[in-house]
Amino acid sequence: METKRLVFVGVGGQGNLLASRLLGEAALAEGVPAVVSEIHGMAQRGGIVESAVLIGNVTSPIVSPGEADVLISFEPVETLRALGKCNKSSVIITNVHPLPPFTVAVGQGTYPDVDDMLALIRKKAGRVIALDGDAIAEEVGNPLALNMVMLGALIGSETIPITAEDMKKTISSSTKKAFLESNLAAFDRGFEEAKAN
Amino acid sequence: MHRLLTDSPGKEMLLLGNEAIARGALEGGMAFATCYPGTPSSEIPEQFFKISQESDLYFEYSTNEKVALEVAAGAAVCGIRTMVTMKHVGVNVAADPLMTLAYVGTKGGMVIITADDPSLFSSQNEQDNRFYARLSGLPMLEPTNAQEMKDITIYALELSEELELPVLLRTTTRLNHIRGSVKLGDLKPLKTKGNFQKNPFHFVVVPAVGRNLHKVLLQKYEKAAGKSEKSPYNIIIGKGKWGIVTNGVSYNYVKDAVEDLGLSDEVSILKLGFSWPLPRDLIVRFLMQVEKVLVVEELEPIMENDIKAMAHESTLTLPIRGKGVGRLSRLFEYDPGMVREAIAQYFGVEYKGTKALDLSGIPELPGRPPTLCPGCPHRATYYSVKQVYGPDAIHPTDIGCYTLGLLPPISMADFLVCMGSSVSSSCGFSEASDQKVVSFIGDSTFFHSGITGLINAVHNNHKFTLVILDNGTTAMTGHQPHPGVDTGPLGVNLSQISLEDVVRGCGVKDVHVVKPFKIRKTMEAVKAAMEYDGLSVIISREMCPLFAKATGQGKKARPFSVNHDKCKNHRDCINLLACPAMYLDGEQVEINKYLCIGCSVCAQVCPENAILPMKG
Repeated sequence: METKRLVFVGVGGQGNLLASRLLGEAALAEGVPAVVSEIHGMAQRGGIVESAVLIGNVTSPIVSPGEADVLISFEPVETLRALGKCNKSSVIITNVHPLPPFTVAVGQGTYPDVDDMLALIRKKAGRVIALDGDAIAEEVGNPLALNMVMLGALIGSETIPITAEDMKKTISSSTKKAFLESNLAAFDRGFEEAKAN
Repeated sequence: MHRLLTDSPGKEMLLLGNEAIARGALEGGMAFATCYPGTPSSEIPEQFFKISQESDLYFEYSTNEKVALEVAAGAAVCGIRTMVTMKHVGVNVAADPLMTLAYVGTKGGMVIITADDPSLFSSQNEQDNRFYARLSGLPMLEPTNAQEMKDITIYALELSEELELPVLLRTTTRLNHIRGSVKLGDLKPLKTKGNFQKNPFHFVVVPAVGRNLHKVLLQKYEKAAGKSEKSPYNIIIGKGKWGIVTNGVSYNYVKDAVEDLGLSDEVSILKLGFSWPLPRDLIVRFLMQVEKVLVVEELEPIMENDIKAMAHESTLTLPIRGKGVGRLSRLFEYDPGMVREAIAQYFGVEYKGTKALDLSGIPELPGRPPTLCPGCPHRATYYSVKQVYGPDAIHPTDIGCYTLGLLPPISMADFLVCMGSSVSSSCGFSEASDQKVVSFIGDSTFFHSGITGLINAVHNNHKFTLVILDNGTTAMTGHQPHPGVDTGPLGVNLSQISLEDVVRGCGVKDVHVVKPFKIRKTMEAVKAAMEYDGLSVIISREMCPLFAKATGQGKKARPFSVNHDKCKNHRDCINLLACPAMYLDGEQVEINKYLCIGCSVCAQVCPENAILPMKG
């Protein structure tokens, strides 16, 4: 099986650790070898949260600079910050909805223009799938479902050997009933966005 | 039912490394666990805390690591299988009992988890606790993946019981927080009661006893060395002429690199999972079958130096290297690319790494450091203290969320070395300078190791102010209880110890208890403490809002918003408090109503009273 190295980045509270864990669960359920790594602790207090999922014939739990096959980023500035994980053939799936850090509010930095950032990412990278995950999550009535949108986009990008059906099975078995419908709708919308992108 | 109590041998589950250790403990019949939480070890006791509420397992959050080890030692000499978990620097706290418990030994198996933190993801240093095995003479085991974390825990319990010696199980952050497939085994019935056989000439370590016991330890050490030679965790993989010795998470990088570089026929790997005592014969045999050796180990060149010494003793002259090859250094954790590159370079194999994207032209990105949460009471306390004392007071601080007060605009952390150092170092600061001293410590950290410092301050007549930030939990590591916590909402019934009583009992005369969200009253108390000629303690009490929410103790408060008719854009709110719920929309300060928890501190800070609760 071809090795796939995936990096997830986001901001504390966006749910990217759950996304990478569910992907790991789906892989296990389908007999696809996978290893997940997460960073807990201090990094979770509003800081950057990074996780990795490695699929296939590989046991190293982390991804070196330049070696990500897919970068799934929940926030556009974090996409730029994590760009060093990518190479020319990496697929980048990025949310375009900005979440400015508080350093911007207190004048310790400037938040770049989102369109400029996207143009820069597109210029440097190979394939880029950009979507407004927060808007989609709002539309399906569950603002917390950003991680489901991003998982949908990942599966829709057809970069890993996990089908939408496999992924949705895992989502269904680990989501509270009240959120199941909106989570699956968010997943589907992300999936379609990636297909069209 | 807790998922780790799943009684389906053979079933595969995706487990966090720390969950795998907890499951291994249960499969190994471990019946008595203690800890002080600390990243990256915290999820192990988190499982035990929940499991103990629905099984025979005894578990406690002990006051600190030394206490945890001593509590477990009492149980272990009664013949119960025990586990003690801590982060790497926790072993420093527990080092006193550790060194002599090694002499005394145990009856039931005892496994001590030392969770090391290369790269300092959540720690003050990256000390290599493999030295503790050498210092204490205790065996050490090091797993390499989630499955092994479970299996080696069972092995460690059995090894410990056989040797009648505690066993150190060392992990690193990457392994603690890995998620991998783990095949479950049988759950063992737990033996929860033992029987202590008195033997003071073994268990009471006066010098005469200690002299004897040191000999006993060396005998056990020899036996452990024999076990290490035959351990299934010490194995040679492959038959190639180039040797690589490795341990822990690095084994994965080596294994993947050898395959990626197509060197499976050229390389043989010596994987050391039973890493102390080292299997001398196995290592020498390995050295004799290869032409040159690369040692791949994070942090200190421990195996490298030992293996070089063994080669010397066996008059083997093959090249052995580790640190300094490629980017392999004593600093920080390794990664797969780094190890691949070092292997290629050392053995002279052509290798072109993947070229990372060119990062030129990327604008300077705004930092996103971790920060105090919206509505965090620590922010309010810091504000009041700074208003009263100004910017020149010295602020020794301690270990917890409040260490984030280091960052501007709060900037109220000046000195920190370890748990409890805020209080004791304040004694030194106040004597050796004429600057005012206000130190900060959390409630859990105060119980852990602040009390002895406070008694020292009282006894030696030191003059400073200690602020105890009492948020009713151990917040940083994931909301574990401590002796000052009302544990009812957590589903257990443990005795709660009053901070005020402890502080007064230590002999402090000037004690204030404040609610930090009441800014004016808090500042009055701070002023009184500043004017008091002696040692003052301010207990600033407000529950961690995340913990309150998680345990259903949160009070619903309306979020606040800025009235732009009143706002004159002083921006004291955003500039002095830096609450992440606030942001600038153009030139106007706005409050994110989803993030604001209604603590009202910004409203009290605003000179124009322009911040008001939202209507409706």
